[in-house]
Amino acid sequence: MADDDEIDCDRALIVLYQFLDGELTIERRERIESHLYRCQHCFASYDFEQELRFVVRSRLQTEIPKSLIERISMLLEREALFIDTPGHG
Amino acid sequence: MADQSEFAAQAMPYSSALYAAALRMTRNVAEAEDLVQETYLRAFRGFGGFQAGTNLKAWLYRILTNTYINIYRAKKRRPEQTDLEDVEDLYLYRRLGGLEAAAAGRSAEDELLDFFTEAEVVTAVEELPEQFRIAVLLADVEGFSYKEIAEILDIPIGTVMSRLHRGRKALQKKLYGFASARGLVDPVAAVPAGEPVHQR
Repeated sequence: MADDDEIDCDRALIVLYQFLDGELTIERRERIESHLYRCQHCFASYDFEQELRFVVRSRLQTEIPKSLIERISMLLEREALFIDTPGHG
Repeated sequence: MADQSEFAAQAMPYSSALYAAALRMTRNVAEAEDLVQETYLRAFRGFGGFQAGTNLKAWLYRILTNTYINIYRAKKRRPEQTDLEDVEDLYLYRRLGGLEAAAAGRSAEDELLDFFTEAEVVTAVEELPEQFRIAVLLADVEGFSYKEIAEILDIPIGTVMSRLHRGRKALQKKLYGFASARGLVDPVAAVPAGEPVHQR
């Protein structure tokens, strides 16, 4: 029977996203890390996926327009008055 | 029970993140603005029912997503594509990974950033079918856990994982299309002949 502690490349690939998503238990995470430490190929692919995610995330950052913040703030203030009015609560 | 006078102070810090997600959902600036505004209004009205100390960000995203689905998607006549072609694992890495490794002296993030412009990433994400697009946004851009995404979208965790898996692969294929169209994927072109590859 195969050693359960030994993670091979196929299994490492299957849990790649769960690893990067931080969804593995500490024990499984450590087993993957020890595989990545020994396997340059898997390390490179994990690293690539992580970098790609960083790129996607940074390319999609957007500041909300100030005018929209002002619009929302005004709307919420009006709404607060409305809610405080007796008979509307 | 949450105090409504605290709402703006607690909820407005998420406005840029919500707006960015709204842009990718609606793919339209005017609709994104309306969607965020409507989300805040609904959240404010429902804030009394929000349990203070629980996950406000996830709660806001749930309102955003539901509002989008109820208002904006309902307006569309065209049925959303719900399936994706199967793409192999590590699609992009198998095609660009070597090229990235060949670039010496710069961080790998910088190399990949150079590969894809903002417009390309936006287009690649926006072209994903909606259910995959929203899952990928929530996980990869907003950093929500599987459990949080399952609660936001009201779907089982297994469905979250499968949408993420397939959505991410499809995204890679689209990104590869852009790199390929710009002639960036030929390693011979990227590393001039005779140039030492690993020298710093």
